[in-house]
This record gives sequence, C-alpha cells and structure tokens, in this order.
Amino acid sequence: MPTLKELSSRPERFVSGHRLCPGCGAGIVARQVMLAINKPVVVGCATGCLEVSSTIFPYSAWKTPWVHSAFENAAATISGAVAAYQSLKKQGRISQEAVFVAFGGDGGTYDIGLQSLSGAAERGHRMLYICYDNQAYMNTGIQRSSATPLGAHTTTSPAGRVLPGKLQHSKDLPAIMVAHGIPYVATAVPGRWNDLVTKVDKAVNCGGFAFMDILSPCRLGWPHEPALTMEITRLAVETCIWPLYEVVEGKYRLTYRPKEKKPVTEWLKLQRRFSHLFKPENASLLEEFQKSIDRGWEQLLKKCESA
Amino acid sequence: MGQNGKKVAKTGNEAFAEAMRQINPDVVAAYPITPATEIVQIFSQFVADGAVKTEFVPAESEHSAMSACIGASACGARSMTGTSAQGLALMWEMLYIAAGLRLPIVMAVVNRALSAPINIHCDHSDTMGARDAGWIQIFSENVQEAYDNLIQAVRIAEHPEVRLPVMATTDGFILSHCLETMEMLSDEQVRQFIGPVPARENLLSSLENNRPITLGALDLQDYYFEHRRQVAEAMVKAGPVISGVAEEFGQRFGRTYGFVEPYRLDDAEVAVVVMGSTTGTAREVVDKLRSAGQKVGVLKIRVFRPFPVEEIVRTLSPLKAVGIMDRADGLNAFCGPLYPEISAALYDEASRPKLVDFIYGLGGRDVSPANIEEIFSDLLQVARTGKKNFNLKYTGVRE
Amino acid sequence: MEEKKATWKELPEADVLEGGSSLQFKTGNWRSSKPLHHMDKCIHCLLCWIACPDGAIVVKEGRFLAINEDYCKGCGICAHECPKKAIEMILENK
Ligand SMILES: Cc1ncc(C[n+]2csc(CCOP(=O)(O)OP(=O)(O)O)c2C)c(N)n1
Ligand code: SF4
Ligand code: SF4
Ligand code: SF4
Ligand SMILES: [Mg+2]
Repeated sequence: MPTLKELSSRPERFVSGHRLCPGCGAGIVARQVMLAINKPVVVGCATGCLEVSSTIFPYSAWKTPWVHSAFENAAATISGAVAAYQSLKKQGRISQEAVFVAFGGDGGTYDIGLQSLSGAAERGHRMLYICYDNQAYMNTGIQRSSATPLGAHTTTSPAGRVLPGKLQHSKDLPAIMVAHGIPYVATAVPGRWNDLVTKVDKAVNCGGFAFMDILSPCRLGWPHEPALTMEITRLAVETCIWPLYEVVEGKYRLTYRPKEKKPVTEWLKLQRRFSHLFKPENASLLEEFQKSIDRGWEQLLKKCESA
Repeated sequence: MGQNGKKVAKTGNEAFAEAMRQINPDVVAAYPITPATEIVQIFSQFVADGAVKTEFVPAESEHSAMSACIGASACGARSMTGTSAQGLALMWEMLYIAAGLRLPIVMAVVNRALSAPINIHCDHSDTMGARDAGWIQIFSENVQEAYDNLIQAVRIAEHPEVRLPVMATTDGFILSHCLETMEMLSDEQVRQFIGPVPARENLLSSLENNRPITLGALDLQDYYFEHRRQVAEAMVKAGPVISGVAEEFGQRFGRTYGFVEPYRLDDAEVAVVVMGSTTGTAREVVDKLRSAGQKVGVLKIRVFRPFPVEEIVRTLSPLKAVGIMDRADGLNAFCGPLYPEISAALYDEASRPKLVDFIYGLGGRDVSPANIEEIFSDLLQVARTGKKNFNLKYTGVRE
Repeated sequence: MEEKKATWKELPEADVLEGGSSLQFKTGNWRSSKPLHHMDKCIHCLLCWIACPDGAIVVKEGRFLAINEDYCKGCGICAHECPKKAIEMILENK
C-alpha cells in the first residue's frame, strides 16, 4: 500500500476548480480513486452530481481522457471503450497501456443503470465500476433511490404526518454484483483512505470486471456538517452500517473490523434526514433500523467465515 | 465467401451483414430484434469464424448497444450496429447523443412498425420518429441499394466535414427477408473504397499524446446552442459529401445514386413521392398509366436526412398534383411526416403542385398496384380540376 | 471570472474540451470561512491533503506547503481531520 507521501507525488487527475458543494464526499472519492490508479486511465461518468459539477463547459476537472454520454449507461459506454481498446490493440494500432473506470451515482447504478451494469459485468469487460453512493438522487434534488436507507427523508420519501420517510430498506447491490461471478467486488469509504486506495489498486489489476461501492456523504442531502464528511464515513463503518469488505473470486473477506460495534444512532443523529426517527412515535422504526444492521452484519460475518 | 465481385442472391439482411463483414469494423455492438436479427446473427458467425477483426459486444439492450458504439467511437474505433422498431425506440436517447458528440457510427436499420399493437412488419414509423436526431438517413429500394448504401455510409459518416452518424435502412421483410440478385464488390474493393478511419483526436489518442480530452461535458445556456449549431452545419455539409461519395462509388463500381431518383417526371403533370421498396410498384403503375396516355411519374427519395430540398423543388414544382406516400402517421390530426417537409420545400415557389398525403402500408399492409392506381386517379382529378377535396387519405385501410 | 465565449465557428467540434481546464476556474470566492494553518503544530502527516475534496492543499516533497486559496471552499474537513489541530477555521473576512 502506498503511503500518503507516495500518493502525494502522483499527478492529480481529478483537479481543483470543479463545482461540487464545499465538503462533498464525491470530490474526495474521485480524488482518492484517481490517485490510487497508478496507470494511464480512461474514465466514463454517468449523469449526476459528480459529472455535472466536474465538467461545466469549458472547464473540466478530469486530467485524463473522460467521457459522459447519459445517466443509465456508464458501464455500457465504457464497455464500448474497452472493446475499442482491445480491437485497436489487437490490430497494433495503439501501443498505449490503459485501464478503464466508470463512475456512477447510486441512482445511475442501483436503479436506472442496473441493467447496463449487469450486462457489462456479465460480459466481463475489463473495467472498474465505481458507485459513489450518496444514497439518493442528489443532482435532481434529493429523491429516494434503492440505496436510500430505511426511514430516510428524501423529497420523494418525505417524512410527513403519516409516513416516516422511506419505508423500504436499501438493497444489497454488492451481493448482486458478487452473484455475477466477477473477480472483484468491494466496499469502501473515503474516511479510510488506505483501505480504499488498496482496493482500487486491486480492482484495476484483477483482470476482469471489478465493482466498488463507495459511501459518499452529501452535505446537502443528508445533510450534515460539511467538516464531518470523512468522520461520518468512518462512523458508518464503526456502526456496521457500511462494513468494509472485499470479495475476491467469490470469497468474502472483512478488511476492517470495528473494535467495538457502535449503535446506529451515533451515525443517524448527525444527519437531519433521520431526525424524525428520534421522535417517540418512530421508536419502533429506529429499532428496526438497528436490527436490520445487526442482521446484515451477522450475515456478512458468516459469509466471511465460510470463505 | 468466394463470391466477390459477382452476381449473388442475397436477402437484405444478408447483404447488410456481408457489407459489414467487408467494412470490417473495429467494434460492433448489437442486440437482436425481428426483422433485423439475422444481421447480428450472421455477423456473430463472421466473428466466430475469424472472418473479421471486429470486437463484438453482444449488448444486453439496444440502449446499451448504442452506448457501447458511442464509447467505442469516442475511442476512435469504427463502430457499427443494426436494429429495428422497438430497438431503435429504446436507443432514442442515445441517437441524439451520438450525433451531438459527432460520432460517425453507422447503423443498419430494418424498418418496422412501432408498437402498440405490437407488429413485426414494415412501415417507416421507427426511423421517421428519429428524423430530428441528427442522423443522416438513407433509404434503400432494393437489396443492392441496401448493400451499396451501407458501404457509402461509412465514408459519409467519417468525412471530416460531416462526422455524423448514418443509418441506412431497408423495408422489414419486404427487403430484409427477400432474396434478390445483386452484385457484391470484392473485399478488396470495399476496403479500398472506405479506406482507414480518418485520424481525429479521441479518448485513446489523447491518452497517448498526454493531452487528455473531456467529451460530453455539460453545456449550459452559454454553449449548448453553439454546439447544436455546429451539428446543423454538419448536416448542411453532408449534402455535397453524400454526392461526392456517390459519384466516386459510381465511377468505381458503375452504380450511381442521387438524393432523389425521378422516374418519367420530365413531362409529367402528376406524380407520387415514395421511399423504399414501394418505389418499384409505383414505377410499374406509372408505366401502365403512361401507356394509357397519362402524364404521370414517380419521385423516389433516397436520402431523407439531410432533406433534399433543392432536388424536390427542381423535380416537383412544375407538376400539377403530387401525392406524398407516407409510410408512417404523424398522429397530429393533419398528416404523415413526409408531407409537411415537402409542402414546406415547395411553399415559396411561384409555381407549385397541389399536394395530397396518402398514408399507406402501416404494419406491413401490402400496397398493391391497384392501391397506387387509385392514388393516381385521385391525383389526376386534382390536376384536372385544380382543386382537392381532401388533404389526407389512408390508402389500403378497411373503411 | 471573465471567459471569452467563442462563436460556433471558433469552438472545437463537438462537446470536446481540454482535460484539467477547471484549474482556470477559481472557487475560492465560495468561502465564508477559511482554514488557517499553523506550521509549528504540523507533523506533515498529509491527512488533511487526502481528505480535501478540492485538492486545495499543496504538498511539496511529502510536506504540507500551503492552502491554495484559489480553490479552497472552506468546508473545514481538513481542520476536522488534522490530528494535531494544526488547522483552525476562521471567518473569511476577518
Ligand atoms: C434517463 C434520465 N432520467 C432522468 C434523468 C435526470 N437525472 C439526472 S441525474 C439524476 C439523479 C442522479 O442520482 P445519482 O445517480 O444517485 O447521482 P447523484 O446526483 O446523487 O450524485 C437524475 C434523476 C436523466 N438525466 N436521464
Ligand atoms: S448535492 Fe450533495 S452530492 Fe451533490 S455536489 Fe452537493 S454535496 Fe455533493
Ligand atoms: S493533517 Fe494537520 S498535521 Fe497533518 S499535514 Fe495536515 S495540517 Fe499537518
Ligand atoms: S477547508 Fe475544505 S476545501 Fe479548504 S483546504 Fe480544507 S478541506 Fe480543502
Ligand atoms: Mg446519488
């Protein structure tokens, strides 16, 4: 694993001057991922906060070849780029080595882009797909996605007089990706940069399709104190809301184990989207939240043990 | 193959697939749909047999197939696909993006009716709906034209003054599944005619030169209009390029093509405008009516985008009555899609014919010589009286 | 920021632009507060650098050099992450 000193000697390929909100998690994720890839890289991006904020004509924050075509098809667009690369390589028309990365938000990945993601994974194009997961459609103004946690207030799952925010749990996308039989799947958070950087490096060198789900706080949609962006991702790990693991060739492995599992309320209380859960009438929902996290954690540990 | 440069019997789909083999694209990404499925199937076999150098992406949808073509083309790869109807509809979003990003993707489209009700047979509703997408559209009358059009499409799309995607079409089943005699060029002739992909800055070259580019940025109020204006200009520039490519094709291979193809129009008073495979039937009817002394003719439109305004004005303005045969409905309580464009083209002419729209052949409804004779008889009456009693007629529907 | 806006004839074809050009777009004026770095407390661990969403912390030869006020949006992450409290957030126009 490279040290921060080593990383800081690498060229930045997601550079300053982008227009993400101050303290946006996506900016940290993009920077860390691009620093971790120590190879020439072509990037594709799905429509969403990261894309719109980083490439407002005539200014682009991507100091590496980059393409955006639409919202639901980053994996498909990059699969075409990978096919082009392989074709031109085979014909001796290029000699340049390159790796390929696609970025999509949770909306562009869990929801509208799930089909193209699944297609590209099944076909086994050699790329790393990164979901920067801020758990809602932020670019269009904080609507629910299938990555939005239980009880969260969003503008399409608002907490109201009779409904307590989102009624459904988020889905386990990493497990869906593992079921594709791809060589590498992992979760990460920017607050544990060393874990993230190590995984990105493994992912781009795994020889096939790799998928990473990276928690990416949104100070506007969660909303939280912007200074806490990194801290809040570490808390998600410590509460087992966002466990850190990797799945190499189908084998689950925990890459970090919290010394002492913290209650979910530690994480929830920092974000206004969950504030209504602390009202007495929503006590059972809060309990359900904790239970579902406990269940998920137990299941994950079993998967890791049996591996 | 062993049949290069000679007469062969091919279906429209086989001819498209053979043209693709000879074009030998760097990337093909496609998804099956009747009646275009065979194009992908036959091409997959070429890949499996090592007959092409192509990387084939068997996409999980047409949306992804076009997205993959976009990604590949953005890397400087010659990229192709094929589809029909619902498949084209699913690509809709990406069609506009391919054109807006100025990617010279070439697509074989087999025209088929759009659902609902679901139907697998020919009409032009699918490509007509894509008429404002920024794609060059070339219609084919027969299998030979389909083959020739697809080969010319590569040169047109990649021309430095154009750089727009091109679709070449055939009528579903009528051409796609119909065996016709055609002349195939040799692999070498095609290779030489299309030449290598013209050099242009792309994602991979920008990686090699260490001058990375960003493609597909967000254009707000400040730049979108300028970039769309460029696309509009490319469509204007496509005109002479299409002519030049057709001329060179004619010189090399002896088959010449224009934007439109007039038939017995020189002294005609009445004509129909038609696209695709119906042209042949219309010509037969014209011959019959001519021998009965009627001054009738046909104008076939081969290139629908860019719209051949000059040719239309030149050939149609001297006439008395013109019937526009629209193989799609506009569902606008007025007319089909071809009618208003021809009307608009002629509007400013001092002398211009009366125009009547005939919507026909939806969902593969057969169009018989009798149907077309009926159209001519309506038109002859309009020519005689100088008046029309109706603006639109549905030809061949049970009343 | 005065940017010369090209005509459609001058603009490069398609929606293509130069990668990394956002460096010409300064976001420093977004700040309401700004980080003040105390070199005496700094141990050059670079935890602030890896945490900044805007790449606004300048590192030279593995050591903290400065905060680039052209881009710093004043989010305060660096101050929060610093293990030595070597960064303090102060009001911008103090
Ligand atoms: C086909 C299509 N539907 C809807 C939209 C509108 N849209 C743009 S971004 C977006 C949400 C993006 O959410 P996500 O992928 O989570 O990224 P985020 O903005 O949260 O970073 C939506 C709904 C679109 N651009 N295209
Ligand atoms: S809305 Fe949220 S995700 Fe989007 S730029 Fe702002 S902080 Fe980042
Ligand atoms: S985090 Fe603090 S101690 Fe570490 S380099 Fe930054 S300012 Fe210095
Ligand atoms: S305040 Fe935020 S933007 Fe400014 S240097 Fe610190 S982390 Fe970067
Ligand atoms: Mg999101």
